[in-house]
Order: sequence, then structure tokens, then C-alpha cells
Amino acid sequence: MSETVQRAPGVAGGGPAETPGPGGVRRAGIFLMRQREATVFLVVILLIIYFGVINSTGRSVFFTHAALLNLSVVAAPIMIIAYGEVLLLICGEIDLSVGFIYVFAPYVMYYFVHYYSVPSVLGLILAVLVVGGGIGWLNGFLTVTLRLPSFITTLGTGFVLSGLTLTLAHGEQAPIPPSLVSFGKWIGSQNNFADIIWAVILLAVFQVLLRNTRWGLHTIAVGGNALGAREAGVNINRIKYGNFMLTGLLGAFTGVMIAFQDNVIDTFAGGAAYQPMFYAVAAAVIGGTAMLGGSGTIVGAFLGGAVLAILTNGFEVIGISAYPLQIFFGGAILAAMIANVQLARLRGEGRVR
Amino acid sequence: MTTLPGEPQGPAGQATDVLRVEHIAKSYGAVTALTDVNLRLAKGEVLGLLGDNGAGKSTLIKILCGFQPPTAGRILLNGQEVTLRSVDHARSLGIDCVYQDLALVNQLSIYHNMFLNREKVRGPLLSNRTMRRLARQYLDEMGIDIPSVDADVAQLSGGQRQAIAVARAVYSNAKILLLDEPLAAMGAKEAAIILDQVRELKEKGDVSVIIIAHNYGQALEICDRINLLQHGEITLDKPSAQTSVAELNDIVMAEYRRALEQRQAAEGRGNGSAAG
Repeated sequence: MSETVQRAPGVAGGGPAETPGPGGVRRAGIFLMRQREATVFLVVILLIIYFGVINSTGRSVFFTHAALLNLSVVAAPIMIIAYGEVLLLICGEIDLSVGFIYVFAPYVMYYFVHYYSVPSVLGLILAVLVVGGGIGWLNGFLTVTLRLPSFITTLGTGFVLSGLTLTLAHGEQAPIPPSLVSFGKWIGSQNNFADIIWAVILLAVFQVLLRNTRWGLHTIAVGGNALGAREAGVNINRIKYGNFMLTGLLGAFTGVMIAFQDNVIDTFAGGAAYQPMFYAVAAAVIGGTAMLGGSGTIVGAFLGGAVLAILTNGFEVIGISAYPLQIFFGGAILAAMIANVQLARLRGEGRVR
Repeated sequence: MTTLPGEPQGPAGQATDVLRVEHIAKSYGAVTALTDVNLRLAKGEVLGLLGDNGAGKSTLIKILCGFQPPTAGRILLNGQEVTLRSVDHARSLGIDCVYQDLALVNQLSIYHNMFLNREKVRGPLLSNRTMRRLARQYLDEMGIDIPSVDADVAQLSGGQRQAIAVARAVYSNAKILLLDEPLAAMGAKEAAIILDQVRELKEKGDVSVIIIAHNYGQALEICDRINLLQHGEITLDKPSAQTSVAELNDIVMAEYRRALEQRQAAEGRGNGSAAG
């Protein structure tokens, strides 16, 4: 597609002069930065080859049914939350509370079904809508209407939710309502691939939302040039509220998924709920979402999530120490962000298209 | 039923003016930006609004595009008084402004920018094919030379960006186009693109344009009529053919001298050396 973009010479007021032929290494670097999804996809393939073939010593432990199930369980939550974070990062915001939304939602489901006798599946759906939509709306209200930075907004709502969950649950786990057990395996399970199937379905939905709807276009416009978007008549507040709510819904859905996976509803006490949120933001960044607003991709978030999950899982299945794992995570995040920032800089100078 | 600009239907019937501004004033607290502005714009006319920094040009444009209300005075569209409630409202009446910042989104393609917030859709999905085709057609019709509408606007030169912004306003059915400093910070080649664009509009005849400009020569070149705005009032209203860069310069320089004299007098150092 970018091949069609070349400008004919001699156009009136043509852009900045081309820098004369950059070196091969430089050119390759620029190519990799530009084809971000392709690059991350390549990394995914290389990781699979490394863990699946090179380290398999005759029998591949990576491709066993059990290992693949575990991969699905680890990858899906990161990916699904990352889709929401991508939308928020594109319009210049972030949600740190999403991990606590996901802890809170299954408890609310439990209360709906157990105490208020809401029909089981309806209780599940209501919990996701009420908790995800409600907290997302609150984040939007605090950030957009009261003008707090979203980093602080969601830091605050995250803590409040965490405390609320612990208080309501008295710090204890809750069982999955029996009437939901059989339905639940279609949402999340350690014995089938429901998790990753949901991640792929939502990948398709959110990819289309971002790339092929007015909503997605306006999200990019708000992050790319807020003043310009407003001058063009885009309702910036509506876009931001909406994306906070979408992220909340994805977080709540993921929480319910995790509960069914674990077959128990857990409080994740002690800040453990920050982990999925951090992984999701990391996945978005590794997938090419700059935190500068205006750019980011859902497919990238999917692939970024895959990188994190394969690394986590790979270390586990080949049985080597998992201590250095986070060194790789950190390295991947930094490498991806360097690429994001430098690409934006080169674009600004008109040297890369 | 709103009256759309285009047909004169004022009570008196004499209105060939699509836009008429009467006794507009604007104060911000103690600061008066516009004292008493009277201005008219005929159908198909290109009006140049000149004046120094601080003369009130931007204030006037912001009032005309619905961004802010005037403190006093009235605005008539095709002879009918209107109150511009918002930028969107002004746009629905056919008044569109191309802001100095152009309101383009670097991360989006040319055709997405051209249809920003006026997207063509098929059901819930964007109809990219339609938008691409129309964008291509509009740019061709306006004679804007851009090889691909798929390019991000970040890759365009200043003149091309301006051309896209103007094309967007024109094809969103604007009947009155306000161009805020379209030629500022633009090279001769780039300025030529814009001047051409305005000339084409003039030939079509159904769009009226107000251009804010700094450069008298360029303004005289493309505008039918020149209005000079000084300290919140229109101090000169002449067809371009009847004025010159020299005359405009003289008027503005005279004002400078007056200001200088006043200042020196106020400081008690006015010893007759002011007239240089």
C-alpha cells in the first residue's frame, strides 16, 4: 500500500527532498519499523521455532495439547484487555483500573446469581455490562468531564475497586454459581480453547471497529489532532467516554473468563490485579501502539499478547528458570517503544512514509 | 426551515449580498477587539480582509464562523438576520472556515481527512471505496495535483495540506468560505496552489470567499475587493483595481506614525523627531 504513496517528481510544492539512499542496515531498520505487525509476527514465529523446535530435544513439549491449552489460558486475557487499551492509547488515554474491573465483575456476577436469583446467564451478562460499562463511564466522567489525567483517574478508581472487592468479599474467594458451571466452559476453561477463540473473535470485531467504522476513524482523529477533530465537529468527549466503557466491558468480560478458567472467583489481593493490566499495555506497545496518540493497531495488540504469552509459557514448558523472564519482557517493551518513537520522529522529518 | 445561502430572499429583495455584517462589536472584559465593523460580501465575490496583528481580523472570523458571539451588532445571511449558535450551526447554514491550523489529522489518509465527520458509510461500515473515488474526483476537479489519496496527510507539503483543507470545505457544500491566513508561511510555489484554487472558485461563481491576508500584493492579486481592518473598524473598502500596495502601505504606515507620536508624547520625550 505504501508503494502507491510515492509522489511524482515536479509536483508543485512537493515535500521535503529525499535523503539520498540510506544504507542497507538503516533501510532494513526503517522497513521493520514501518511494517510493525509483520515484524511482531516474525518475532512470534521465531519464538515458536525457538521453543517448539530448537529446544524440543526430539519431542516437542511446546506443541503438546496441554501446553497449547495453557498458552490459550495465558494469552487470551492479555490480548482481550489489550484491545481496549489500544483504543484508549490511540485517543491519548490509558486505563490502569481494568485489572480491578476484572476482579470485581465476577463477584458481582456471583452476587446477582447467588443472592438476587437473577437467571444465571442473564446475571453474567448484567454483571459484565454493569461493572464494565459503569466503571468505564466513571473513568470517562472523571477524565473527560472533571478533566483529571486518566493515569490518575484510573489509578484511583483501581484502588477503590480493589478495596470494594475485598470488603464485599470479606477477602474470601467465592465459588462459581453451580447453575453457571456448564455454561461457563464456553467462556473460559483450562480444558478447551474457548479463551483463545474469544480472543480471536474479539480481534476481528475490534479490528473492524478501529479500521472500518466512523468510531475508529474518530478515535484516531481525537488522538492525532484533538483541536482539529473538534474543529471538524467530532465529539471528542463521546469518543473518550465510549472507549473507556469499551475497555471496561472487555475487562469485565475477561474477569468472568478468568473466574471460569480458575473455577473459582478470587480477590487477587495485594495488587496482583495490576499484572494483567501491565501485560495488556505491554502487549499494545510491543504491537506498535505509540503512547503519543493517533496510532496503534488491534492486530499488533494480539501479536504483542502472543509474544508475552509464548515467552511465559515457553520458559515454563522447557523447564528452565523463569527468573530472567521479565528481562525479556522489559527488553521487548523498550525495543518496541524505541521503534515507535523513532518512527514517529522520522515521519515528522519526512524521511519515512 | 432554515434559509440556505445562494438565493437572495431578503425582505427588501435588493440583497445580492450573501453576507452582511452590521455594527458588529466585540469586547473581552475591558479589552475592545472590534468597535464597529460593517462589511458586505456579494455572491461569488472574493473579499480580502487585511490588517495588522491585533486589528481584530481573527476575532471577526471567529464571530462569522460561529465560534464566538459578538457583543453587539447583527449578521445577515441573504438578507435574513441569523444568530450563529456554534461552528456546526454556522456550517449547516453554509459558512465554513478553513482554520490556520487546517484541522487535518496527520495519522489519517487524505481521503479520510477530506471526509472527517462527514464520512460516507454503508450500514455501520465506512465506505472507503466511495470516499477514495470522490476524494480523487474532487481533487481532480479543483486541479490539485496529488498522486495518491491514500497517502497520509503528514506526507504532504504545506501548500498541499492547505489545498486539501480548502477542498474539504468547498465540497462539504460551503457557500461562504472563510480562509484564515491561507498563505502564511508558504513559499511562492505553494501559495500558487491556493491562489489557483481560489481563482477556480471564483470562476464557478457560487462560492463567496473572505481571505485574511498579510501580504498586500497577494491579496490584490486574487481578491475582487479589499477591506482594511484597523483598530476594530473597517477603514478602507475598495475594489482591488482601485487601490494599490502603495496606498495600503501608506494608510498602515500613517497609523504607525500616529501610534509612535502618541507614545512618545505620552512619555514626555516627543521632541518633534517622531516624523521620520
